[in-house]
Amino acid sequence: MKAEEKLKEDYKYGFVTDIETEAFPKGLSEDIVRLISSKKNEPEWLTEFRLKAYRQWQKMSHPEWQAVDFPKVDFQAISYYSVPKTKKKVGNLDEVDPDLLETFEKLGIPLTEQKRLMGVAVDAVFDSVSVGTTHQADLEKVGVIFCSISEAVHKHPELVRKYLGTVVPAADNYYAALNAAVFSDGSFVYIPPGVRCPLDLSTYFRINAKESGQFERTLIVADKGSYVNYLEGCTAPQRDENQLHAAIVELITLDDAEIKYSTVQNWWAGDKSGRGGIYNFVTKRGHCVGKNSKISWTQVEAGSAITWKYPSCVLLGENSVGQFYSVALTNHHMQADTGTKMIHVGKNTRSTIISKGISAEKSLNVYRGLVKIMPSATGARNYSQCDSMLIGDACGAHTFPTIDVKNDSAVVEHEATTSKISADQIFYLRSRGYTQEKAVSLIVNGFCKDVFKTLPLEFSVEAVKLIEMKLENSVG
Amino acid sequence: MLEIKNLSARVEGNDILKGINLSVKAGEVHAIMGPNGSGKSTLSKVIAGHPSYEVTGGTITYEVNRRPADLLAMEPDVRAKEGVFLGFQYPVEIPGVSNLDFLRESFNEVCAHQGLDRMDEEAFRQFARQKLALLDMDERFLDRDVNAGFSGGEKKKNEILQMAILNPRLALLDETDSGLDIDALRIVAKGVNALRSKHNAIILVTHYQRLLELIVPDHVHVLAGGRIIKSGDRTLAQELEKRGYDWLLEKT
Repeated sequence: MKAEEKLKEDYKYGFVTDIETEAFPKGLSEDIVRLISSKKNEPEWLTEFRLKAYRQWQKMSHPEWQAVDFPKVDFQAISYYSVPKTKKKVGNLDEVDPDLLETFEKLGIPLTEQKRLMGVAVDAVFDSVSVGTTHQADLEKVGVIFCSISEAVHKHPELVRKYLGTVVPAADNYYAALNAAVFSDGSFVYIPPGVRCPLDLSTYFRINAKESGQFERTLIVADKGSYVNYLEGCTAPQRDENQLHAAIVELITLDDAEIKYSTVQNWWAGDKSGRGGIYNFVTKRGHCVGKNSKISWTQVEAGSAITWKYPSCVLLGENSVGQFYSVALTNHHMQADTGTKMIHVGKNTRSTIISKGISAEKSLNVYRGLVKIMPSATGARNYSQCDSMLIGDACGAHTFPTIDVKNDSAVVEHEATTSKISADQIFYLRSRGYTQEKAVSLIVNGFCKDVFKTLPLEFSVEAVKLIEMKLENSVG
Repeated sequence: MLEIKNLSARVEGNDILKGINLSVKAGEVHAIMGPNGSGKSTLSKVIAGHPSYEVTGGTITYEVNRRPADLLAMEPDVRAKEGVFLGFQYPVEIPGVSNLDFLRESFNEVCAHQGLDRMDEEAFRQFARQKLALLDMDERFLDRDVNAGFSGGEKKKNEILQMAILNPRLALLDETDSGLDIDALRIVAKGVNALRSKHNAIILVTHYQRLLELIVPDHVHVLAGGRIIKSGDRTLAQELEKRGYDWLLEKT
């Protein structure tokens, strides 16, 4: 097999869909923000929301505290809106452009009625727009709303308006402000009181267009006593240029509600010399508003040239629970600065952080975390475990945990380890019939087990395969 | 089955083996004894193919499909698939991986190589249970992580369990008896004696005669200074127990 073909096999999602798109000229201005809003036929309050955010963003400067290193992003060189051209407004998924359906089918996400995934409803986002959402009728029967956020703005404005930007306000950070100004689509979920969502919900993000950015926004509201399991997947074509993906995810749980949010991130990571790849700069946060509510983040971050994100929980309600389970794998020239924030506000709130960082080749892998116990959080508890695994001598792993306790009754535990796959471990497995690659993947999978076991079964199988594939040939 | 000729090897720049000759036939049990630092462990690691040990001369021929093959040309996992088993002196921990999964994959890799069917999880658990019973070992062994948090004795027993499951043609046991109490020692002996057949060969690397009372060797070799300085039958081990190594070392 030629090296080039081999490389393609390594990242089988690297293809480009040849489809006519309508894209805005590059660059960002108030006019562009207005244009996005008018393209989407938005109500005035949302246009105002965007403009306010844009003005906020203009006043802000790019953060500099992160450990990841990249050349300055030229925000005027990005197109902020790119949509595949469709002949007419589609009413049902079977009328979606066949090229798009084929693209998602190649990605393992069939959308058509006959082929769609069992037990999982999917919202498929292609560049700047959602191309369709499966199983909507089944969900409507139990009152679950699952649609693109653009659709929600029109069909459920009261819900969107009530919650949008309440968890991640535009002024939160530089990229959050940018996203609030230019977000083009994303998913919206509302689970009514007492409903256990009968299907897993999933959004699949695909960047296809060149020189465009993807700025999606996801908002999930779990009303009292409800439950939802939400999955997110992402891929992009192999391109030589870096592309920006700056998303926002907001989660809200009311009394006794639970959201389980899982991500398998496999954006194009750039080639072995570090050329190209996605900049994955995302703000993900959940508010456990209600008592006894629970938000659980699980992420497997295996792609992107740069991953920079901290899925967090603000534990407001009494007895609410926040969880963060993460595997971040970096290889070649990839960089990751990821972790979580657990902010304890309510009484007897509990949080768990399990982070597993694996770095190989010349990559950089940083865990950065904050556990904050506010004066009001009597009886709060946190347990954090941050483990790093190094493969080879040229990679780096760093852990920056911050613990800030303002209530004496809190119990906060932090454990951290750094390990290296040893020659003796590999030899032990090889002497039991394991090839070099199988030996490494067994050790790495064992290392990640505590996180993988929190993933839904299909995702967990995918995650194991993904990690195996990403580490192929990287252990000499 | 195994023919070692004039083998020399080094690790981290130090020459350890300086011309080993050893011939092992199917059905035989060989014991290799010798003082600390004589090269006993190095010999077993070289046979199994540890990459840190560099072979600087000589050959190892191992019979594959009734034909002599160059063992040194095989990757360590291929050696394992061809029936070479090394019981480690210091078994390695693999956290997060259950013994059952680890053993099943290992067993299936060997089966696949030999053209046999792979076993599914349930069938393998049954198979492993039989082996555990044979060795008087607790079934909970299967659900624990590979060697993680095991006592020294448990680790050694786990090596014997692996050996029983993989049923190797050539088993090398590197000081499997060291640090074991008498009960654990009996389990080790039971496992080894169960493996003994006219098709298999066993090489025991040991310091002590006590294991050789439970597993009676056909041949005993004394390794010192990287060479085999004396070979004999089981009575040689008894003599060493009485007299130590000094009388032999003085002679050479």
